[in-house]
Amino acid sequence: MFKIALKALSNSKMRTFLTMLGIIIGVASVITMLAIGQGSKQSIQAQIAEMGSNMIMIHPGADMFGGVRQSASSMETLKLTDYENICKEAKYLAAVSPSVSSSGQYIAGGNNYPSSISGVSIDYLTIRQFSVGSGEMFTEQDIKVSAKVCVIGKTIVTNLFPNGQDPVGQIIRFNSIPFRVVGVLKSKGYNSMGQDQDDVVLAPYTTVMKRIQAQTYLQGIFASTITEDMTQDAIKDLTDILRADHKLKTNDNDDFNIRSQEELSSMMNSTTGLMTTLLACIAGISLIVGGIGIMNIMYVSVTERTREIGLRMSVGARGVDILSQFLIEAILISITGGLIGVVLGVGASFIVKFFAHWPISIQLWTVALSFIVCTLTGIFFGWYPAKKAANLDPIEAIRYE
Amino acid sequence: MKPIIELQDIRRNFIVGEETVHALRGVSFTINEGEFVTIMGMSGSGKSTLLNLLGCLDTPTKGEYLLDGISVRTMTKPQRAVLRNRKIGFVFQSYNLLPKTTAIENVELPLMYNASVSASERRRRAIEALDAVGLGDRLNHKSNQMSGGQMQRVAIARALVNNPAVILADEATGNLDTRTSFDILVLFQKLHAAGRTIIFVTHNPEIACYSSRTITLRDGKIRDDKVNDNIQDAKVKLATIPLPDDN
Repeated sequence: MFKIALKALSNSKMRTFLTMLGIIIGVASVITMLAIGQGSKQSIQAQIAEMGSNMIMIHPGADMFGGVRQSASSMETLKLTDYENICKEAKYLAAVSPSVSSSGQYIAGGNNYPSSISGVSIDYLTIRQFSVGSGEMFTEQDIKVSAKVCVIGKTIVTNLFPNGQDPVGQIIRFNSIPFRVVGVLKSKGYNSMGQDQDDVVLAPYTTVMKRIQAQTYLQGIFASTITEDMTQDAIKDLTDILRADHKLKTNDNDDFNIRSQEELSSMMNSTTGLMTTLLACIAGISLIVGGIGIMNIMYVSVTERTREIGLRMSVGARGVDILSQFLIEAILISITGGLIGVVLGVGASFIVKFFAHWPISIQLWTVALSFIVCTLTGIFFGWYPAKKAANLDPIEAIRYE
Repeated sequence: MKPIIELQDIRRNFIVGEETVHALRGVSFTINEGEFVTIMGMSGSGKSTLLNLLGCLDTPTKGEYLLDGISVRTMTKPQRAVLRNRKIGFVFQSYNLLPKTTAIENVELPLMYNASVSASERRRRAIEALDAVGLGDRLNHKSNQMSGGQMQRVAIARALVNNPAVILADEATGNLDTRTSFDILVLFQKLHAAGRTIIFVTHNPEIACYSSRTITLRDGKIRDDKVNDNIQDAKVKLATIPLPDDN
């Protein structure tokens, strides 16, 4: 049966190829479009993960002085005690760090560079997924004694130590306060917002609060949950802790803001998801058009080969034999077209990657899916013409002109 | 003698719009193994309907038809397809070979629908059948590279390959020139001599004198059924026809 179908197809190679072309283009475009869609989704997810996908940010907020809303940095509603209470009471959290920062000019030897200093705890490394490349992170002891030590990012290193000398152990001055560099962070590059994540100096929060700012309130608290799906629970838990701390009544507004990276990530995901769906829809339509092409050709082929069908029936082919012959023809066209389409689609994806430098990601399920869909297309669109052929009356078919 | 075909008061009606057309109005005859029967009749006499019934392509409205002892009347379509595959060899007026297909592949076709025949046996039997029709040297010629006579020989080989109980020829010489027609008739006589049962449907009265029995139909009934005591040899006639000049 398979051989009969193969023979019939090879008898009209050009037509078979043209019919296949619809499926080839359909499958190739589905694969390419999904590869592009998945690729951009993955690269965005990777960037978000780099920023710390479990991250929760608490900022002071909604504080009113006589009806005037204050900017977050000038608000004093988050205190060190809040941080300490969170450390003690909060569930779901893997790491917590206060955050205070100040900007100014760094000087080291003959070089200077404007940046800021972030006062954090050791947990901050975990939260932001930083890691120390050379040297070490400052210690709990440093925090306790408000030691003037810091860990610096690559951008700071290149600006302050352009001659390639080892910054670990060197003294840099921030607004004339000397800090000893104890470690250098591994480079993280730019994030998806275009911020340089290496333009960073980390110091114990106690040092920044006491020696630089001389203040007791925090600009923010960073935390990260144990797993990503705990974020919502963690936000609720933190809200309860802070409201209790701040002695807010039930109908008072929160005097702080809690944001999670998850919100950002789900927003990004829905955007790229929408894009992928759109691309897949367009590609899917071309697959359907390819399927209609198969149906069209098979239909013409049945009419054209009416006498052949009549002959086959008169020498003993049953309806089911004829049905399966035409169905196998349709499926062969769609499977072969599908295979060529997969190869072309994968090729096209790499061309896109090579020339346009777009991130692509070819996943096995997209290949499997488009292959299955095109086989089903073959069966679906091949069925009607095949059924028509099988139902022909051999008496009329054999005399058909 | 073993009866191959037994028709008992066969009637076949067609309903065309509101009217009922009686194509066959009670036809009975028996054909025994080894007979070469011509069925004659003008158009509208019911001979095409009879051929379709004999070939198990159609079933009678009334009456019993036994093919090689098997009752056909109550069979389903797929059952009749299998029966055709095992018991009947068709030869058509317009050859009906598969296009762009070699002689041997065309002859193999009926055996493709018989799962009990292996590929190697299929090939062997196809070669045998082509040898029998004198085309043993043209096994791999394609159907579009052959003359009408050669194509009809391939068609006859195809009808022989399943070793059928009966060969049904429908105007098998209708599309051929006189000389080639006799060529084919010689072949049919050769098959008859080898013991084959042949039914040859035609409107050409000349062919009747080369067969062993003639049944004439008119208006759906048998008008005449006579055994031919004086079978002529088609080879003799063939020798009298001059070869075409350009051959």
